[in-house]
Amino acid sequence: MQYTTGKDAFYAGVRALLPAAPGVIPFGLVTGVTAIEQGLSPLTTIGMTVLFFAGAAQMAALQLLRNDAFPLVILVTALVINLRFLMYSASMAPHFASLPKRWTWPMSYVLSDQAYVLSILKFSAGKAPLYGHYFFAGAAFSMWLTWQLAVMAGVFLGAEIPPSWSLDFAIPLVFLALLVPSVRNRACLVAACVGGVVAVLAAGMAYNLGLLVASFCGISAGLLVEHYQCRRPGRAGHSESEKTDSRKSEDTAP
Amino acid sequence: MSELELWLLFLAVGLGTFALRLSFIQFHGQLRLPPVLNRALAYVPASVLAALVLPSVVYPTADAELTLANPRILAALVAALLAWKTKNILYTLLGGMAVLWLLQSLG
Repeated sequence: MQYTTGKDAFYAGVRALLPAAPGVIPFGLVTGVTAIEQGLSPLTTIGMTVLFFAGAAQMAALQLLRNDAFPLVILVTALVINLRFLMYSASMAPHFASLPKRWTWPMSYVLSDQAYVLSILKFSAGKAPLYGHYFFAGAAFSMWLTWQLAVMAGVFLGAEIPPSWSLDFAIPLVFLALLVPSVRNRACLVAACVGGVVAVLAAGMAYNLGLLVASFCGISAGLLVEHYQCRRPGRAGHSESEKTDSRKSEDTAP
Repeated sequence: MSELELWLLFLAVGLGTFALRLSFIQFHGQLRLPPVLNRALAYVPASVLAALVLPSVVYPTADAELTLANPRILAALVAALLAWKTKNILYTLLGGMAVLWLLQSLG
């Protein structure tokens, strides 16, 4: 579908985001509830949500705050979790190349997993050549608003939810729902298994470095498997197709 | 941590995250990652997410022991199956919570 005006494209982006909202709202609620249980004030929680605008990093930071981790450990852990935005940024860059800063800076701030996936599907299908950035803006700003409102609702519900509901279990469940589709080939599977097992073994590690160490082990394991698959001549064809799959998002990188 | 330290920490994470998001969009055509880092990025989501999920499933509280009697393990397995089959966050969340509540009411 070609959009005739920017407004059309913007609202198409908003509509495209709607089906993702039921997945985001419970995550946001749980984040708000967790922050309040953590002893953060409502204002600090809202500030944190606006500054981060990254759910997984925010949840991990809250968990580390609960364990009294060093601020530097919290900062590095949050940024490692957010490293995926580098990938999205590289992938979106060619589509935003001709835009001025008053567009690219706000749009970078609202770049999220959901807005990225929805827009890159449109862009790579050549479906939004003229008003693509309006489509992205529609999806990304409605995602931003959904997230902020969901966390805020969690902040005000926080005290009302009894602990017997075990709502804290919603956090790993949401991560699980994101993890499963991210395992796209054998190398990713190995990365996930190594990352998970090392994280369990390192759970009691000093300075709460467990998550960081586990992530680096997982990433290295993934790279090793990829390297090993490339060098096995018998499997060259197979691993080649897997590699293309794992790099799909980088195809449009500069 | 004091209120001020918290805000400074959140501001630092916010600025760093914004820099990651803006990076290639701002420096399109000029910025290039070394190939090995570029490949490594493909494994960030799987590694990080698994490292977030597994410990909080097998250790529900900080002083919990690793045991198969922990109902969260079965609940997480059901949720993983739902995530794989439906690719839907809400179904995964509801399914996992339902199994946990069921096991807790039985146990």
